[in-house]
Amino acid sequence: MEALLAQSINLFAAVLLVLAFAMIAQRRILTLIHLFTLQGASLVAATLVVAYLTGQHHLYYSAVITFVLKVVLIPILLHRVIQRLNVRWDVETLFNIPTTMLIGIVLVIFAFNLAAPIASLSASIAHGTLGIALACVLLSFLMMIVRAKAVPQVIGFLSMENGLFFAATAATSGMPMIVELGIAFDVLVGILILGVFMFQIREQFDSLDIRHLEKLKDE
Amino acid sequence: MTFSGLVSQLLEIVLALAFAPLLTGWVNQWRAWLQNRSAPGLLQPYRLLHKLFNKDSVVAETASPIFRIAPYIVFACMALVCGIAPTLSTDLPLAPAADAIALVGLFALARVFISLAAMDIGTSFGTLGARREMLVGFLAEPALLMVLFSASLITQSTSLANIVESLAHAPFAIYPSLAVAGVAFTFVSLAENARIPVDNPATHLELTMIHEALILEYSGRHLALIEWAASLKLFAYSCIGLALFFPWGIANADTPLVMILAVPVLVAKLAVGGMLLALIETINAKMRLFRVPEFLATAFLLAVIALLVHVLLGA
Repeated sequence: MEALLAQSINLFAAVLLVLAFAMIAQRRILTLIHLFTLQGASLVAATLVVAYLTGQHHLYYSAVITFVLKVVLIPILLHRVIQRLNVRWDVETLFNIPTTMLIGIVLVIFAFNLAAPIASLSASIAHGTLGIALACVLLSFLMMIVRAKAVPQVIGFLSMENGLFFAATAATSGMPMIVELGIAFDVLVGILILGVFMFQIREQFDSLDIRHLEKLKDE
Repeated sequence: MTFSGLVSQLLEIVLALAFAPLLTGWVNQWRAWLQNRSAPGLLQPYRLLHKLFNKDSVVAETASPIFRIAPYIVFACMALVCGIAPTLSTDLPLAPAADAIALVGLFALARVFISLAAMDIGTSFGTLGARREMLVGFLAEPALLMVLFSASLITQSTSLANIVESLAHAPFAIYPSLAVAGVAFTFVSLAENARIPVDNPATHLELTMIHEALILEYSGRHLALIEWAASLKLFAYSCIGLALFFPWGIANADTPLVMILAVPVLVAKLAVGGMLLALIETINAKMRLFRVPEFLATAFLLAVIALLVHVLLGA
């Protein structure tokens, strides 16, 4: 049973990685939000398993916080934002999607190689998954780079936070409670501010394309 | 070669030949139910085969011998694949004849011949279908190979029977790489079996058809063989997928008696698999042809991720 649970952490890690890839490949914002919700759910599951196996109680709390924030609250907020902004189909990417995915594969190999020596130092039960967590962070970062519109960028940012959180859980059995709480509220406040920001961008430019922000206005 | 091996081999081929159309009928029935249509009978594919075998086949004047022999080659390839894939038992005398790579080669051989036959007549539809088929095929093949490689990395063997044997009889373990590879395999089999999102087996609309365009010129017993081969292909893909990712209940050389149990287990697995296939086909829309490379690239990348995950996690 214990061995199966330990293996299931690897499975959730693989699910996180696949979902990160799916987000890169996805064109529709609505599906993107669903994928983000799923990613949050698998993160919660992984955290719960680690908590049970290591017997660390504060990981249960952080799983609960993750669930409330990333599976319930933030997806609802994002749904409301895209409803108000009326952007459900955002197809614009800077590169075409197959190219992006090929770059993603290179990033994954890079992350796996980078994490291998670090992971061998760690004694945590899920140290092998550090590479996957790093790959998730890099993939989300890639998504932020290649998307031109504001909403997918915000989702990329949130999914990057998922990867970081998973890295912390997997490699070090979680950060101190106070840090986790701090990050959780940072993310929540961040999404609120970014939501307001998105409305402002649209007010100003009649579009959510953040490339408009690169031009300076002379007035 | 043992007696029980021979029996299981024969039983497997007979079962595949006899019940492949039934699987097609089952999938069609569920698809109709899920789409709120009244379903054709479960035996409809058999009736179709019976009708076609009794009809004369008309061959175009410009047809070369390739056109005539292609149905037989395609059918033989698919029957051989069904003999090699461990559906009931891993104790198969035919299994050493072809490992997983040769299996992909058999599918490729069938594809090359059906495409050649389609181009042979010289109609524009045939050429169009052949090109599309080759486009789908050359993208699906590496993905399929990668899926099989990630399974063979786990079990240290490229022989399909050995892979399934060691997966089925090892203590239960969760393999994240196999889970990812399973998703990739689903993508590939949807594309290879001409199913929705890639192709619609129930349409003759020239803008979208792939498989139907290939066989447009065939009639009579030739068409019957090709339809039968298509059923066999679906059956073989389902069985390979089930054997790789849900390998429980398959007999091996030490336990030939499990075979009696293996038949109902296989039937139950195929029944559930067929329902899931119908569900996938119902909730997805057919995609544009130019999106197909993206779809199959995703499958390939998933399979590569499966390999990488295996290398990283060792599972």
